[in-house]
Amino acid sequence: MAQVRVTVDGVNYADDVEPRTLLVHYLRERLGKTGTLIGCDTSNCGACTVHLNGQSVKSCSVLAVQADGGEVTTIEGIARDGKLHPVQEAFNECHALQCGFCTPGMIMQSIDLLGDNPDPDEHEVREGIEGNLCRCTGYQNIVRAVQSAAQKMKPGASADTQAPVSVAGGE
Amino acid sequence: MTTTAEPGSLELGKARARKEDARLITGRTRFTDAITPTGTLHMAVVRSPLAHATITGIDKSAAEQAPGVVGVYTAADLGVESVGLPCAWPVTPDQKAPQRPLLASGTVHFAGEGVAVVVARSVAEAKDAAELVEVDYEPLEPVLDMEAAAADGATLVHPDLGTNASATWAFDSGEAGTGGSVADAIAAAESDPDQVVVRRRFRQQRLIPAFMEPRAVVVDPTGEQITMWSSTQVPHILRTMTTVTLGVPESKFRVIAPDVGGGFGGKIGVVPEEMLCVVIAQKLGKPVKWNETRSESMLAAHHGRDQIQDITITARKDGTVTGLDVKLLADMGAYLGLVGPGVPILGAFMFNAIYKIPAYKFTCTNVFTTKTLTDAYRGAGRPEATFGIERIMDELAVELGRDPMELRGQNWIKREEFPFTTVCGLTYDSGNYEQATQQAMELFDYAGLRREQEERRRSGDPVQLGIGISTFTEMCGLAPSRVLGSLAYGAGGWEAASIRMLATGKVEVITGASAHGQGHETAFSQIVADQLGVPFEDVEILHGDTQISPKGLDTYGSRSLVVGGIAIVKAAEKVVAKAKKIAAHLLEASEDDIEFNAGQFTVRGTDKGKAIQEIAFAAFMAHDYPEGMEPSLDSDAVFDPENFSFPHGTHLAAIEVDTETGHVTLRKYVCVDDVGNVVNPLIVEGQVHGGLAQGIAQALFEEANYDEQGTLVNGTFVDYTLPSAADLPSFDTRVVSTPSTTNPLGVKGVGEAGTIASTPAIVNGVLDALRPLGVTDVEMPCTSQRVWRAIQEAQGRSTQETPVDTHSPGAGLGSIDPNNPQGEVQ
Repeated sequence: MAQVRVTVDGVNYADDVEPRTLLVHYLRERLGKTGTLIGCDTSNCGACTVHLNGQSVKSCSVLAVQADGGEVTTIEGIARDGKLHPVQEAFNECHALQCGFCTPGMIMQSIDLLGDNPDPDEHEVREGIEGNLCRCTGYQNIVRAVQSAAQKMKPGASADTQAPVSVAGGE
Repeated sequence: MTTTAEPGSLELGKARARKEDARLITGRTRFTDAITPTGTLHMAVVRSPLAHATITGIDKSAAEQAPGVVGVYTAADLGVESVGLPCAWPVTPDQKAPQRPLLASGTVHFAGEGVAVVVARSVAEAKDAAELVEVDYEPLEPVLDMEAAAADGATLVHPDLGTNASATWAFDSGEAGTGGSVADAIAAAESDPDQVVVRRRFRQQRLIPAFMEPRAVVVDPTGEQITMWSSTQVPHILRTMTTVTLGVPESKFRVIAPDVGGGFGGKIGVVPEEMLCVVIAQKLGKPVKWNETRSESMLAAHHGRDQIQDITITARKDGTVTGLDVKLLADMGAYLGLVGPGVPILGAFMFNAIYKIPAYKFTCTNVFTTKTLTDAYRGAGRPEATFGIERIMDELAVELGRDPMELRGQNWIKREEFPFTTVCGLTYDSGNYEQATQQAMELFDYAGLRREQEERRRSGDPVQLGIGISTFTEMCGLAPSRVLGSLAYGAGGWEAASIRMLATGKVEVITGASAHGQGHETAFSQIVADQLGVPFEDVEILHGDTQISPKGLDTYGSRSLVVGGIAIVKAAEKVVAKAKKIAAHLLEASEDDIEFNAGQFTVRGTDKGKAIQEIAFAAFMAHDYPEGMEPSLDSDAVFDPENFSFPHGTHLAAIEVDTETGHVTLRKYVCVDDVGNVVNPLIVEGQVHGGLAQGIAQALFEEANYDEQGTLVNGTFVDYTLPSAADLPSFDTRVVSTPSTTNPLGVKGVGEAGTIASTPAIVNGVLDALRPLGVTDVEMPCTSQRVWRAIQEAQGRSTQETPVDTHSPGAGLGSIDPNNPQGEVQ
């Protein structure tokens, strides 16, 4: 067993894990963060995309122990005080999801994309979400949602996580 | 609590953002893999790596000793050797159907078939131990090519059946009395210099549905009823079929389809793993869970399409089509799926498409091979048919030297000819092909692009432009039960709905249609809001749990709105009728004088009235209600349609082909679809977009490739190339509405339209670009390599020296590359 200390959606955790445990399994099975989904076994689909230390990662290709000391944000941690993140709102308004299985990863990747490029054109959005597969939407409304969110987030909106707090059972 | 809708502000047609998104965009979801009752054991399946082999021994001992393992079971260990999974569609009385076992014993019939299962305390332990199960196989010859399999002397997949042909289903309009004899039409055309006969062979490659949520099952045997959660499109059918398969009393078995991450027909089955979880959960008295890996899903969940189409069309030289003969071979894979044998048969009614064809014959032989079984995939038979007819119409246009759209217009059913009974006996209630086509051509700038094409041809531009055309109609709203009965389908086609008027004014609507991404909760709420005059937000749609929604036939075949939605309308009409009686009683008026509008019951000619929520509360209190009625507004309805609905559309694609590299670029895509009245334009647009992406993916990107040993060589998302956002353009999609006359909402269904129409539009466009180079066909998917090879061959250049990699989609001719039959990576 190896120990991992990690902040997830603003909460500190310390757990013993098997060294081979993937971050996505740790999030889902140990922390109950089942909003982050698993869609493949070759890190192609991106359904499991989360942010690790501010960067989007496919949490199926990161070991839980690699997140030790880090800060993870999942789809469950981006709304603030009941208010949705602008990218979440845009996905709803633009009908950028159908079955919703790719959506958590797609939203997390879109937030990362907008962090790098606050005003992407269509081509840049398509390239930026290329690592996240969707079978329902044909991507058109996802592109529209990302561009719509970009407009809403101007200027200065950010997707930083809240300051970590400790909870019982955490540490 | 008496809020009613604003009069005149109808929900129907409003672009409502979806209700269901709230949980899906926040991760507050419950997909099956998130459900793990306390004490759950996990199942992993040991799968055959060989396509066809005799099992000579299974050594479980190492696996049984592995950490966390509770049991390792073969079919014999579980006593399920004689259990067979159901096929609900005997397309002919003499259809040959092998037993489809839960686990193979004796012989394996496709690579990926389960031979044993391991049950352990954790997923990881189950998977680790599954690796330790030693299975000895004696290889048998695989049966891979459906045409060879259907020939005399072929190796038999199931020797006891005596043949690889499961069934041959035929329709002949001459015999049916719905049209003339095709044999006569062909004979006449062959002997008449003023007629032409065009014969072509097309191939519908094998596809993988590739829903984003891998399948998962949890079975909890504790409590009075056994509960199954499954990532399924068909919880009701699954419940009934589990009873049929395992003998569990239907009343003791509950199926829940929680959030389901896509299906596209791929989750319409009753699968071995579901039944195994039931059997093992009962045996061990503990919840048992299985969730597949993506690779397992690609290998073992059913595939789609996979047909060889031999099509003959006859026409007079003026362009009038005189006959159509269709001969299909359809690869069933190793066993018959739940509705698999009927999938190509659904296409029988659609090859004549939007055209007036005086003589038609359709013959389909379903063939067994040692591959993963095939079953419904988005469109199920209708995309295959539309591809065949739309490709052959282009071939006929080339033969006659006609503009392909003009030729279509000459032969299609004119707007004034509806209702129109087709050559296969279906009555198309409404349509306006002229309107959709004209709008599409204007949006597309058809004339301008033809000029550009001409210019590029003249200048010898290395990038040639092709214009791809596809028109289509489909039979939606599966289905009138009597029609299904005439096709020997093992169920009806009705749908059920219930409405519960709660004391506090909220409305619960129960539907038997089980959504998995379509947006039922939003669209159905809009319908109910209009019908009852209650706010959209006050309507709650309940579905996908056989204890909450006890009656239903689920979601497939673009049926949810046109069948399930109409059942809801019928239930709402009953609610209003009951409420009217109570309103009349409370308002001390004759029922004949009560008017209902936008949620208000009023006495004609007065300002006296009560809101429907007040009536619901009065019924709940039941202190004062009319004699002779029950104190309840709650109502049930079952709707069985009299006819299908027939959406249609015209799709146009501008395709650029780099003739030096074979690279195909989809430059522009325009479609105008007539889906009848639109409940929610946002949802309709989304359905069309997604459908287009899947149809375009068939034309350009996807194919399940097998090597000569019968191994699926691209069974992961690395090499089964689903299009990403970067692979597709934005589409210009529009709708026009000719209301359906066969249902009270005038709706037609939209779930499959984009997939059906787009595939032939793309391939016709690729060929349109390449015909001046002498290219006459490119098989799907039209990858750069295939297009390049077609160009080289048309130009008389050798391509034999070119390295071929059958491990890439599109590398081979159909399933086997003739240039590299060994299937080796070079």
